[in-house]
Amino acid sequence: MDTQTTRGSDSTAEHWDTVIEPRAKLLDLNLAEVWRYRDLLWLFVKRDFVSQYKQTILGPLWHFIQPIFTTVIYMFIFGQVAGIPTDGIDRIPFYMSGIAIWNYFSSCLTATSSTFVANANIFGKVYFPRLVIPLSSVMSNIVKFGIQFFLLLVVLSWFGVKNGHFHFGLSWLLIPLLVLMMAGLGLGMGIIISSLTTKYRDFNVLIGFAVQLLMYATPVAYPLSYLKDKGLGGWVAWNPLSPIVEAFRYSIFGVGQLDVQGLLFSGTFIIIVVMIGLVMFSKVERSFMDTV
Amino acid sequence: MNQTVIKVENISKQYRLGAVGTGSLAHDLNRTWHRIRGKEDPYLQIGDVNDRSQKASSDYVWALRDINFEVAQGEVTGIIGRNGAGKSTLLKILSRTTAPTTGQIKIKGRVASLLEVGTGFHPELSGRDNIFLNGAILGMTKKEIKSKFDEIVDFAGVERYIDTPVKRYSSGMYVRLAFGVAAHLEPEILIVDEVLAVGDAEFQKKALGKMKDVSGKEGRTVLFVSHNMGAISNLCNNVILLQNGTKTFQGDTFEGIRRYQDRDNQLSKETILEQLKKIEDEHFEFIDVEILQEGEAKQEYGSGKEIVVRFQYKVKKAVLGLRVGIDLIEQQSEIVLFRTFHDDEYQEMNYTQPGTYTSEMTLDSDFLNAGNYLISLSVGIHNVRWISYDSIRVPLAITTLFGLNKFYSDTRPGLIMPRIKWETKNSL
Repeated sequence: MDTQTTRGSDSTAEHWDTVIEPRAKLLDLNLAEVWRYRDLLWLFVKRDFVSQYKQTILGPLWHFIQPIFTTVIYMFIFGQVAGIPTDGIDRIPFYMSGIAIWNYFSSCLTATSSTFVANANIFGKVYFPRLVIPLSSVMSNIVKFGIQFFLLLVVLSWFGVKNGHFHFGLSWLLIPLLVLMMAGLGLGMGIIISSLTTKYRDFNVLIGFAVQLLMYATPVAYPLSYLKDKGLGGWVAWNPLSPIVEAFRYSIFGVGQLDVQGLLFSGTFIIIVVMIGLVMFSKVERSFMDTV
Repeated sequence: MNQTVIKVENISKQYRLGAVGTGSLAHDLNRTWHRIRGKEDPYLQIGDVNDRSQKASSDYVWALRDINFEVAQGEVTGIIGRNGAGKSTLLKILSRTTAPTTGQIKIKGRVASLLEVGTGFHPELSGRDNIFLNGAILGMTKKEIKSKFDEIVDFAGVERYIDTPVKRYSSGMYVRLAFGVAAHLEPEILIVDEVLAVGDAEFQKKALGKMKDVSGKEGRTVLFVSHNMGAISNLCNNVILLQNGTKTFQGDTFEGIRRYQDRDNQLSKETILEQLKKIEDEHFEFIDVEILQEGEAKQEYGSGKEIVVRFQYKVKKAVLGLRVGIDLIEQQSEIVLFRTFHDDEYQEMNYTQPGTYTSEMTLDSDFLNAGNYLISLSVGIHNVRWISYDSIRVPLAITTLFGLNKFYSDTRPGLIMPRIKWETKNSL
């Protein structure tokens, strides 16, 4: 009986697969459709990885070179020149761990923030759920993170043999969660920015240096405890990235304390950012071709 | 009649003209403010009819206005209209690359669009990888692509190069592979836009054949946009004619094509005069250009009689080596003929004194085959500069009234159709 009354006398109440309308409903995210296009997602990840180092001599070795050089520079500037302590952790693995997790965040953010502008050409011709592109960026960056993490493990075991001490415990189980949080934050902020840049390119300019500045407000090249000692810890604690980077070090080195409250704050922040991002993204994806 | 698979209701699309800048932020804020108060978007009430030849009086323009139509399953519907009529906008909305401003479209079944073949092809990846990537972009699953893989490679004829990066492919191979993927999609509704403009003649035939298969044998619905009236009349069961963003006709293919060409020719007289006036030059001024047959301008010109192109112009200052002429262009392919009056009058370069002139060029009878041509005007000073080149194109539609042979009145392939002398002797 119920179905009859809702269908009413309107004869158009038959089944339609697709209804195209001017405006999307607020939470019309179409995640089921993204799932239908999962093969495409994987192919994009593969394409990113295969095509990036075509016609280079060193190929994927470049993934090693970049963190190694950054570590050397940090050793010199933050270690030698500024003399900032590293919580009793050897300098090399300390910097490398910070760089690995930070790089993952920043590459997710910069890759997803150009989603619409960089893919306008293909978006203008074919429909597929636009979310596939930022998701594939986040995933292909995981591969790069994996390579850097592997390098970190090599260095760790070398230092482990040298010091006769190697930390490996339950805390390692936290790492996947922390990486997921970074992915969420990078994706959420990235799609918000990409939604804004379709019409106003100002945000494109902003993102370039904002990422760099944000790194200095995150305990990447120094430990949080060092800032706390200086009475600046309160500010950095508001940065949702700080607890993640600190927890990443905690789980690898087993040094310091796990800031559960901070992680909960970050987690809530990430969920809100991702929700806002998805809503904005689904609104913009419908008509961005007219303004991009 | 089959069931309706596409239902378009009151679709309109408004575009904002000009650059995005500070002004658009003000409009955005105003729009949001109206929406918060539950009022209608203030900018939807304004906007010009989309006529590209006229200067806009407002910042907004309606690319489409209140389009309604239905398409039944298995039909091949052609969408025709002049450039700027709204064809591409309509296809973009149907293929969901942009959203309409108002209205609703309901669709049954999966839609795939071939707005441009080869979308998402990555030059560094091999043909094999690109088949999978492109197929997935167009909405196929890995399994579907795998089952069609051999067919696609066969269709494109690239077996030998399948593991070579596509950047090493010739442009023909590239297009064949791209169309191969697209043609083997199995959507219920296929949207095709001008893909047939690419590729060699043999491949075009293959592609048209494939499209016919898709609709005929497999019962799929096709929306086909083209300027090639030959292809439209070959393939389509019915047509939709768009003019300046509104639908002016839907129904019988031949009737639709006739209206399209009629309107094209009527409109052109005024616009051509307008365009002629736009040529500003210290030496030269056009008064009129007419295409005549038996002394009068026509809708369509029979192939069997002479065609005269009459130029009337004023020479304002004496000029050495003035040339007036045309490029004759066949709409679907290439230049047929390049000719200025100097070429056929064997003479020294001479000064053209100021005055008003009329030049007539006569194209012989039985010269052109039936088809749509363009006469592209060219005026220049020899070895100095072009006064006008390829900016004004006058359409010329040629029909064969009685055919080459009175028993077979169909047209023959090829651009030219001269009477050719044959002699057959019995050498016994």
